[in-house]
Formats: sequence, C-alpha cells, structure tokens
Amino acid sequence: MIRRLYGASPLHLAGHLALFAVAAYALGQALDARAAANFALWFCAAIVLHDLVLLPVYSAVDRSLQRAAPRAVNFVRFPAAISAVLLLAYFPLVLGRADANFVRAAGYTPSGYLGRWLAVTAAMFALSGLAYLIASRRPAASRRSGP
Amino acid sequence: MRLFPATPPAGPFRPGFWRSPLRGPWLTAVLGLLLLPMLIVVAVTGFASHTAYQPALPGNAIVDPTRDLPLLDFGWPTGPAWLYAVSQGLHVTVGFVAIPLLLAKLWSVIPKLFEWPPARSVAHAVERIGLALIVGSALFLFATGVVNAQLYYPFKFNFVVAHYYAAWVFTAALVVHVAVKTPTILRALRRHGLRPARQSLARTEPEPPDEHGLVAPDPARPTISRRGLLALAGGGSLALLVATAGQSIGGPARALAFLAPRRDPPGGGPNAFQVNKTAAAAGIKAEQTGAGWRLRIGGPRPRTLSRPDLLALPQATEELPIACVEGWSTTQTWTGVRLRDLAAMAGAAGRGCTVESLQRAGVLRRATLTADQVDDERSLLALRVNGADLSRDHGYPARIIVPALPGVHNTKWVAELRFL
Repeated sequence: MIRRLYGASPLHLAGHLALFAVAAYALGQALDARAAANFALWFCAAIVLHDLVLLPVYSAVDRSLQRAAPRAVNFVRFPAAISAVLLLAYFPLVLGRADANFVRAAGYTPSGYLGRWLAVTAAMFALSGLAYLIASRRPAASRRSGP
Repeated sequence: MRLFPATPPAGPFRPGFWRSPLRGPWLTAVLGLLLLPMLIVVAVTGFASHTAYQPALPGNAIVDPTRDLPLLDFGWPTGPAWLYAVSQGLHVTVGFVAIPLLLAKLWSVIPKLFEWPPARSVAHAVERIGLALIVGSALFLFATGVVNAQLYYPFKFNFVVAHYYAAWVFTAALVVHVAVKTPTILRALRRHGLRPARQSLARTEPEPPDEHGLVAPDPARPTISRRGLLALAGGGSLALLVATAGQSIGGPARALAFLAPRRDPPGGGPNAFQVNKTAAAAGIKAEQTGAGWRLRIGGPRPRTLSRPDLLALPQATEELPIACVEGWSTTQTWTGVRLRDLAAMAGAAGRGCTVESLQRAGVLRRATLTADQVDDERSLLALRVNGADLSRDHGYPARIIVPALPGVHNTKWVAELRFL
C-alpha cells in the first residue's frame, strides 16, 4: 500500500522523515544564531556555485583542451587539475585574501604561498611535459595505452 | 495526472546532453567507497572536537548548551597527551585530502541534478530533497572549514555554530544516503568487480545502460580511462596531503607542507612556535602583564600570588603538544606550577576549575577544566617554555597547559583560577 502510493519501502520514508527532523532542528538552530540570512545564502550558494558554475566551467575548459591538444590531453589535465584543486583549497593564502586576519591572530604575515604554488605547478607541468616527450617517442602501437 | 511535460526542456535535462563514457553506477560506487571512510574520519573527529571543548562546563560552550544535541557530553580524557593533536589534525588534513574525491563524486552524478521528470514519485521527490541536503551541507562544511583553517572569514555567521549544525545535517543525510544506496553499490561491484579499474584507455567502454540515468545514452569517445580518472582524483588528494599534513606532524614535515597555514614559526628563539592569538589581537595591554600582575586563586582558601611567588613554588617541566582546532599542532617543553598543587594550596584538591584570562572580550577568554584535568600531574600553570620566560604572545605572565586539551582552552594571560 505504502509502496504503491509512496514509491518506495516504508523504511525509505521513515529514514528520510528522521533526516528531515534532524535537518529542520539543526538548520533552525543555525538560522536562529547570528546572521541567519548570510548562513542561508552560503548554504544555497555552495550548491549553486559548485553545480552551476564550477562544474560547467571546468567541463568547458576540459572540452576546449580536448579540441586544442587531443593527443596531449591527459598530460595537460593532470598538472592543471591538481594545480587547480590546490588553488581551490588554498586560495585565501595563495591569493593573499587572509592576510589582515592572519597577521592579527598569528603575529606575522604569511608569505611565499603564491610562489610555492606556482613552483609546484611549474614542476608538475615540467614532469608531465617530459612524460609526454617520452610517450610520444614510443612506437605508435603502444601509444594509446596511456592513462 | 501529469505534473511535468513528458519531453524534457532542452540542454542538460536531455539525456543526450551528458556524454562522458565514464559515468555510471560502478564509477560512482567506487568514488563513494573511497570517499566514505574519509567522511567518517572527518565526522567522528569533528564531533570529538566538540566534545573536547566540554560544552557542559561553565563558560565553555560556543554552541548554546541548552539547545545543543546532548549526545556528546562525556569527560574528555587527558591521555594520551597527543589525543587532540591527532584527532584534530586528522579532521583538518583528511578534510583537505577528501576535496578531490568529493569533486569527482559530484562530477560523476551531475546528470542526476537535471533528471526529468524532476519527481517520478513521492519517494523520488523525498530522496532528492535528502540529496540537496547532503550536497549543500557537504559543500558548506568543506567551504567554511577550508577558509576557517586559513583565518579567512568572508561570511558573517559564527563559524563554530554554523559548521557544527551543518555537520548534523550532513551526518544524518549521509547515513540515509548510504543506507539507500548500499544495494546499488553492491550490485555495481558484484556485476563488474574491479575490472573497470584495470581497463586501459583503449579498452575503456561505457557501462551497460542503467536505471539511474548515469550512463550516457550517446557516449563520446573516452579521453581518459577510469583508472586514469581515479589516479587524477588520487593525485589531487596526495598533493593536498603533502601540502597540509606537515603542520600537524611537525618536525621536518612542517617545511614540506608547502601550503599549510601554520607551516612557518613566527620569529626566532625559544618562543618561536605557532601563535593562535597574539596579545595584540586579544587586547592585552603591557600594564596588565607587568610587575603589578597578580594571580587570584579562588577556593576555600583564596590566594593572591605574584609571578615571583609562583616561580618560588616547586616547578615541573612537561613536554606537551598544543593543538589548535584549525588542525595544526606543536610540541614544546613547558615549565611551571602543577595545577593540582595550586588546587591543594587553595584547599580545593580534586575539584575542577574555571580559568579567566586578562582578555576583556571574546568568547574564549575563559575556560573550565574538569577535576581530572586539574588533577593530571602533567597539567601546568606554565611560566616558562623551552627554558625561557613565556613571550607575551604565548601568554606571559602565565598560561595553562593541559594534556589533550584543545589549544584555545589552554588559557593565556591567566588572571584567575576559580576552583569549583
């Protein structure tokens, strides 16, 4: 009966109702604290920015890379993607966004992050370029067995 | 009765829009299984940290204790001394390391966001609300955690309160999601085993058509194998591990952690180790910490002691870590008076203690310690570190250092010990 009306087992419904109860309580508490609108904005913006901005942008970049360098695509993908994820995780320090707070709390100006990120990025591209040169000197028969 | 037109609108709602030949239940199952242990570690250590702050004790709570979910109130132990350093180091490091896998997992299921019709049944609609909660809370937790670890606050809400309650949403949503998807995961693994992970690019083929809408009906030619994609996500995780872990491990690993927020010690000398909050940031004035400074001890036999008085008492030296909620930690050699000796002096042996800082404003200017924490023989009111007087930024004239206690509860610039 429940399965026909609801579309899944009663356990599925019970589990989700329990989830919604916890979520309603927790989100209610978070929204009752300071800056409720800002919290709600961030919660929704996180989904929108990832699903409708970040993912489409990196997919589009990847497609243009596939067109521009079909044979070298993974040799660019690896260093570019790893470099990008490092920047995504550490952009406040790499781009110097955190400086004022950081200096106040920690007692010194964080430095060298941009340089080290660029150096690691350059090293990954250099290694990948080297791997590409070695791979493209191999006979054509084994070339398609790359990653 | 039909709520939605049978034909999906153009663009991503059409199944043909999604063309990656890699997507399918197997890939999503494997990414989920790689991500799950990391999420469990991050969740367990996150709630452990909440417990370590002992929010039930006076003045400790940041999340209003009368509204807190009361499941986590138990005494936080004082041993092993590295407990909080390891627990919180794991929380932050594993959180960073999980980012590439989370991104890959979300990429693998993106066609589901544009499913058509948006709801096939009540159950389907309910499940999709659950998915919105898990994705929203996960992205919110990672985004706020990542910026908080770098002391960057582009938001107006209280980080602790928001991160904590979002974690309840995430944990509940994850439990339900894993329960709902376990049959799908097992089916995908039973059907394909680990074979798709071994296929080279030339042998990479789409998964057979599925009922989940993940497999592209009109797949493009593959440009990367599934093992290549897993290696790409794994490579990102490895890079983040190297970039981050050293700030929690310490020693030579610290310099290797090329993007870790707390890789560099400030200045030089015996006090050259990481500072969570400088004297200037806490608003501590020079005249508060000069020769006129007195430690007030409240208890059955109240006392008022100067720094020379404290230095004249029996001194103990302990090597203990100080571990920040932001994930970094550093072990130093502290010298001072045992808290249990001060408790005995005040006639308050075996009691807990509220520690007040000279700091006049701010949530963490006081912290309450349990009786066990005061009574641990390694717990000190530290006056010196590494053979030198504490620097102002490390809490001169006196600070608390207790094994396995979250960093900020090791109150600096102590003004008063009030035994309970």
